[in-house]
Formats: sequence, structure tokens, C-alpha cells
Amino acid sequence: MMLEIGIEHYLTVAAMLFTLGVFGIFLNRKNVIIILLSVELILLSVNINLVAFSSFMGDMVGQVFTMLILTVAAAEASIGLAILVVYFRNRGTIAVEDIHLMKG
Amino acid sequence: MTELFPNLAIAYGEIFLALGAMVLLMVGVFKKDSVNMVSWLAVGFMVITLFLVLGNGGEQRFTFSNMFVADGFTQFMKILVLVASGLAVIMSREFFKLEGDNRFEFPVLLVLATIGMMVMVSANDLMSLYMGIELQSLALYVLAAFKRDSERSTEAGLKYFVLGALSSGILLYGCSLIYGFVGSTNFTSIATALYGGEASIGAIIGLVFVLSGLAFKISAVPFHMWTPDVYEGSQTPVTAFFAVAPKVAALALLARTLYVPFGELSSSWAQVVIFMSVASMLLGSFAAIMQTNIKRLMAYSSIGHVGFALLGLIAGTTDGLKGLMIYMAIYLVMNVGMFVCIMSMRRKEEGMVEDIGELSGLGQTHPMFAAFISIFMFSLAGVPPLAGFFAKWYVIIPIVTQGHFVLATIAVLASVVGAYYYIRIVKVMYFDDPVEGFVPQKSYAMKIIMTLSAILVLAFIIPQISRPVLDGAANAAQGLVQN
Repeated sequence: MMLEIGIEHYLTVAAMLFTLGVFGIFLNRKNVIIILLSVELILLSVNINLVAFSSFMGDMVGQVFTMLILTVAAAEASIGLAILVVYFRNRGTIAVEDIHLMKG
Repeated sequence: MTELFPNLAIAYGEIFLALGAMVLLMVGVFKKDSVNMVSWLAVGFMVITLFLVLGNGGEQRFTFSNMFVADGFTQFMKILVLVASGLAVIMSREFFKLEGDNRFEFPVLLVLATIGMMVMVSANDLMSLYMGIELQSLALYVLAAFKRDSERSTEAGLKYFVLGALSSGILLYGCSLIYGFVGSTNFTSIATALYGGEASIGAIIGLVFVLSGLAFKISAVPFHMWTPDVYEGSQTPVTAFFAVAPKVAALALLARTLYVPFGELSSSWAQVVIFMSVASMLLGSFAAIMQTNIKRLMAYSSIGHVGFALLGLIAGTTDGLKGLMIYMAIYLVMNVGMFVCIMSMRRKEEGMVEDIGELSGLGQTHPMFAAFISIFMFSLAGVPPLAGFFAKWYVIIPIVTQGHFVLATIAVLASVVGAYYYIRIVKVMYFDDPVEGFVPQKSYAMKIIMTLSAILVLAFIIPQISRPVLDGAANAAQGLVQN
């Protein structure tokens, strides 16, 4: 017997991806690039949510929203990488634990 | 009803400014040494946009399939945003002239961020909310890292980017939940769907996520961690811009999100907002005491001020909203004045300095400059009869009439603690021994901005001066509550 895939399965996958993304940002001590990947993971989990809702409600708005998020995510990633490159030129490292010039 | 072709007239301000940004880019690329021209053109475009916004009238109108709204509230907030951005362009030009940095991208990025903020203020749909926030944030990330050969500036940019991207993600996740559990992304439709009935738990969780995302943007506790680092690391004109315009826009967006689509759920969000407000006021007061860097101090001060502004939302009445808007208007004037003073802090050999100790003995060596800083400091502390006192007055009275006595007491106590670190700077200026070599920078534009804001702060008690602000805020608050 085939397992019926309902909306709750999609929502669970999205919630797991979202949690992984958030933990990826806070638990990772090594590399800023992993943070950028985690941000992408969060945005993709949102897209899964939106597309699932859109398809189950028979409403196109969610898919339009997804398209907007995809384009903005590309712009965001490029700006993030650009800042990262500039930062690396100044400091010679992108380890997360070294980003502590300002504190208090 | 969705119209066949959107009524563009409602969004003329944004459209004009967006085209203006393209013109600025062309001028910057094809004309040599065009930084002055680009800056003044940017100011000119903002002034024209201001008139377009004013000419739009105060009645409520929708366009772009109800995604975009214009009413008295958006008009008031857009005026604040445009004034703050225009002044930021002028201030940055004066600053970069001294630093010898002649990149024309700075005013262009400010203009792009301003368009984003105007879209945020006018957003009437989760999609336009997101697009506005991102247009603003992407420009701000670059501005924070604008001094690209400085370790501190790039570190500020990196921190701001990571936390800003995280907050956008949290906000979006909330948007997706709201879309799924309410069935629409449009603010008006959400309000209709939630009217009267019991909201599903999914919609409430979504609302909390959206609130957290917006709390990042206004830097309310517990989402404030980026603020001190970014304010300290960025260049001073960038900090001056960060401290005012984006906060005004994000607070306007927060007010609309809480009042229009989720007005029915006010019992659910009120506790969250009360917590953010109290925590921001207390942290803003206590954490600033130990600071020695004036930009870092202003960061904690801005966190505290956001806490006070949120009080206006908690009241849930027209008076509360009016208080919020008056608070932001006065906060704009005080902060612009104070940041012009900070930008003027220079030493002969080292250039720009940021340590509070550099101000010692200023009362004897530069009495005028010291007097200006004292006016802004007393006003930020909320000492009557300066404008800062009235700002706090108009947000605290509505919550008292709503019966939140504990909250009002905490607010007053927090402002007393806050007064300590503001007035400490006045003490350093008048009672400590002078330091050698401190030369405040004097340029005409800076002096004019400084004097004008000091006059406004001093003269707010005169009814003829304060009346337009009070009436404008009252009308604008009416505009938001009626829908």
C-alpha cells in the first residue's frame, strides 16, 4: 500500500529544514560560508511551505511569493559573498570565532 | 476587486525615486568626479518625492491589487523617512569630504534604501512587506561595510548581514505559516478572515515569527545583539542613518501589521510587545552606563528609545499611535542633531574620534559646541521643557489611561536611569579638565543642521511650533485605525 503524502509531511520537512538552518547559524564555530548555506536552507524551507500550501489550497499567490523569494535570495547571497570577500581581504580569515573586534 | 491596470498615481513618490536612483547611477558612471553632483541630485530627488507624497492627500487608497496602500499614516511616516534620508545624504557628503572618500555609490545606496523604506511604510500585503524590507536591508548591508579597507566596518557589515538575513528568514517563515493557516497574504483579507472567529494556533505562531523578524529590524530586545557592534563599526554617517530612518520605517510597518491584519488578535500580541518594550527600555538604560564609545552609547540609547516608542503600540488606542508618531518625529530631530555633533568630533592629527573622554573640558574650550551637545543630551534624557520630555509624555499618558500603571512606572524609572548616562556626558564636558588638540570640525551645512535641530528641540514647548506635528500625528493615527 502506498503512503498518502499529505500537507503535514511537507510542513514537517520544511520545519526540519528551518530548524537545521537556525542551528547551523548558531552552533557553527568554524566558517562563515556555512552560515550563508544555512541562510539559504531557511529560505528554501519557507519556499517548500509556501508551495505546499499553495498547491493544497489551489491558490497561486504562494507560488508567486516563492518566485519573489528565490530572486531576492540570489541577490542576498551575492551581497553576502561580496561582504565576505571584503572581510577576508582585511582579516585573512573567515572563521566565526575570529569575528570579535567589537564587544561589550 | 483587482484592477486591470494599477493606479500608478498613488505610488508616484516611489516610482519617481526609483527612476531617480537609475539616473544617479548613470550620472555617477558617465561623469568624472561627480560625487557632489550625485549627492545634491539625490537630495533634490528626495525633496521632489516629498512633494509628491504630500500631494497624494491623506485619504485611504489602494493600488497594485491592494498590495500597496496610501493614507494619512503612510504620508506622515514617509515624510519622516524622507527628511531623515535627505539629511543623511547632506551629512555624509560633509563627512566624506573631510575623509577624502569620493565614491558616488553612497548617495545612490541611500536613495535605494529610502525607496525600500517607503515601500515598507506602504505595504498592505506580506509580499510587499517582504520586498520593502529586502530592498532596504540589501542597501543597508552594503552601507554598513562601505569602508571596505577597514576591519571594523567590514566586520560590522558581516555581522549585520548574517543577523539581518536570519531575521528575514524568520519573518518569511512566519509569513508562510500565516498564508497557510489564514489563506491569504493580503492584510485586508487577513483582517476579514480573522474577524470575530477564533484564530488557529498556526496563525498565532506565524504572527510571533513575523513579530520576531520585525523586532530585529527595530532592534528591540531580545533581538538587539547586532545593534551596538554595527553602530560602532560603521562609519558615522552610516550610523546616523541607521539610527533614524530604518527604525521609523520598521516601526510604521510593525504598527500597520499589528493593527490592520492582526487587530483581532491584540490579546495575543500585546504580551509579546509589552515584554519587548520593557526589556528594551531596561537594557537601553543599564547597558549604556558602562560605555566609553559614543556611537556604542547611542546604539544602546536607540534600543531604549525603541522600547519607549513601543509603549504607544501597547495602548492600542488612537492616542497611543499618535504618541508613537510624535515620538518618532522628535527622536528624528534629536538624533540627527546629536549625530552631527558626533561627526564634528575630531582631533587635529588623528581625524575622527569617538571616545567620550575626548569631550572633557569642552565647556571651557568650545562653549558653543558643548552647549549644543548638552541640549541634545538633556533632550534625549527627557528633561522638561525640551522636546524629548514631550515625546515620552505622549506615549506614557495613553498607557496610563488604559490602566497599565506598572508599565508606566517602569518606563519612568528606566528614563531616570537613562538620564544618568546622558548627563554624565554633560558632566564630562563641563567639570573635567580639557584635553589637548580637540578641534571640532566646522562646516556650514553641519552648523545649519545642528542649529536648526537644537532650535526645534528647544522650541517644541511653543504651541505654534508643536501644533503641526501634534495635529499631523493625530490625523495620521486616525487614518490607520479606521481601516
